[in-house]
Amino acid sequence: MCAKQVTKQPAKQVETTGHSWDGIEELNNPLPRWWVWVFYLTILWGIGYVIAYPAWPLIKGATPGLLHASTRADVDAEIKRFDDANAPIKAKLVAADLNAIIGDKELMAYAEPAGASVFRNNCAQCHGSGAAGVQGKGYPNLLDNDWLWGGDMEAIHTTITHGIRNTTDPEARYSEMPKFGVDGLLEPAQIDAVVEHVLAISGQEHDAAKAAEGATLFADNCSACHGEQGMGDRAQGAPNLTDAIWLYGGDRDTIKHTVTYARFGVMPNWAGRLSEDEIRAVAAYVHSRGGGE
Amino acid sequence: MAFLDKHKAIETHATLLMVLSLLVVAIGGIVQIVPLFYLENTIEKVEGVRPYTPLELAGQEIYLREGCYVCHSQMIRPMRDEVERYGHYSLAAESQYDHPFQWGSKRTGPDLARVGGKYSDAWHVDHLTDPQSVVPESVMPKYGFLSNVKLDGKYIADRMEASAMVGVPYTDDQIASAVADFAAQADPNADTTGLLERYGKATVSNFDGQAGVTEMDALIAYLQVLGTMVDFSTFTPDASR
Repeated sequence: MCAKQVTKQPAKQVETTGHSWDGIEELNNPLPRWWVWVFYLTILWGIGYVIAYPAWPLIKGATPGLLHASTRADVDAEIKRFDDANAPIKAKLVAADLNAIIGDKELMAYAEPAGASVFRNNCAQCHGSGAAGVQGKGYPNLLDNDWLWGGDMEAIHTTITHGIRNTTDPEARYSEMPKFGVDGLLEPAQIDAVVEHVLAISGQEHDAAKAAEGATLFADNCSACHGEQGMGDRAQGAPNLTDAIWLYGGDRDTIKHTVTYARFGVMPNWAGRLSEDEIRAVAAYVHSRGGGE
Repeated sequence: MAFLDKHKAIETHATLLMVLSLLVVAIGGIVQIVPLFYLENTIEKVEGVRPYTPLELAGQEIYLREGCYVCHSQMIRPMRDEVERYGHYSLAAESQYDHPFQWGSKRTGPDLARVGGKYSDAWHVDHLTDPQSVVPESVMPKYGFLSNVKLDGKYIADRMEASAMVGVPYTDDQIASAVADFAAQADPNADTTGLLERYGKATVSNFDGQAGVTEMDALIAYLQVLGTMVDFSTFTPDASR
């Protein structure tokens, strides 16, 4: 590109500004024509924009502009367009009997993908993007058939709507395990015995002598919620202690920690954040993951 | 355009050059500064927005110190995808007591404008301590050290006074009770009638699950209030904004 020497125009052909400092003069080359025209065009565009769109801030808000453009109105209109398109199926979903949803192919064709997107946005942070929960951290796995508060459509729907042990919804599911160690309800030795009993009923290696002692303590202190056999009670969200599924971990140390300090898992209520059709969709999605009853 | 050729008169007359320069700069200045005097009209009146409680304010300071804003914005833009994902678009009033505001659109993590109440306190502790333990795909760094730093709220009244100087309507009563309110909000067994009287709605909880007030408590208190002040069931948007 630079092969050809660019010859400057002789200074004589261009006017100077007439300034001269120490014999140095300043050429008064005109601006390129295209540049000048683009410049004038931007001024015109600016004037047009001010007339057409909201521009000047005044005492009571900005000038609205002839087009009355409004991002709020735009986003409302766009949301309404999609809401209107889905309105019939959403109305059907809300009107349907909860237990009938899962059997209805047409409803499920909408509820499953809609529920999946609600799940990924709102539930996956605790229950995992694949709904498998976080093992040993207190975030339940939703894929298996072990349910704390029930796994049929109605139970799942209630849990999502009101949440668990939150302070924002008075109808939230509630139960509270006593802090047997911290509050001095059981002596350290008694806790050890109860732990051995829990290890025994869950089919793990245990100290038989201690477990026998723990059985009585369990019947006196734990069976009201966990049941005499330790099978749990869904009405109170008390987990089954006889299976191999553990919310916080089933080894000796973890069970001891649980008995000493208790657990208090909280789930927010979603009624305020999600609409009824979204709650039903995500309930159907969770139900269809494999553990639904 | 003969007048354009008269610039020699200006360029060779220092006083005239200064006076005219001042005039030109003043026009630009007025255009930018004058609207600030009636900035109030850009913030629509919304029910429920209150200044942060002392503990939440301390949490915001930690949020700023740790640079959370580098990855998280607090501004839901009026676009369908954002409204569907995060909730109602943000209103100016919701950040009117933020100094500085946390708006933005550069997000490595999700927008946090309405994160309040979305997750449990225990989740926040787990997530701040080790984000990957609950969200394996996350790239967020660990902030477990926040649990180790105890706070006594010694300087929080000064911080509130500084806010009050730039227009946050903290009352004398609120500033005088700052230290007591600071401790009360993180203690479910404390007497919180004073706190709730002074601030209206406020979540009282042992946010980090351990005794005493830590930076973790303050940050979670702040996160749990974000976007929860306005009741959108009673809000009617002004379409001209």
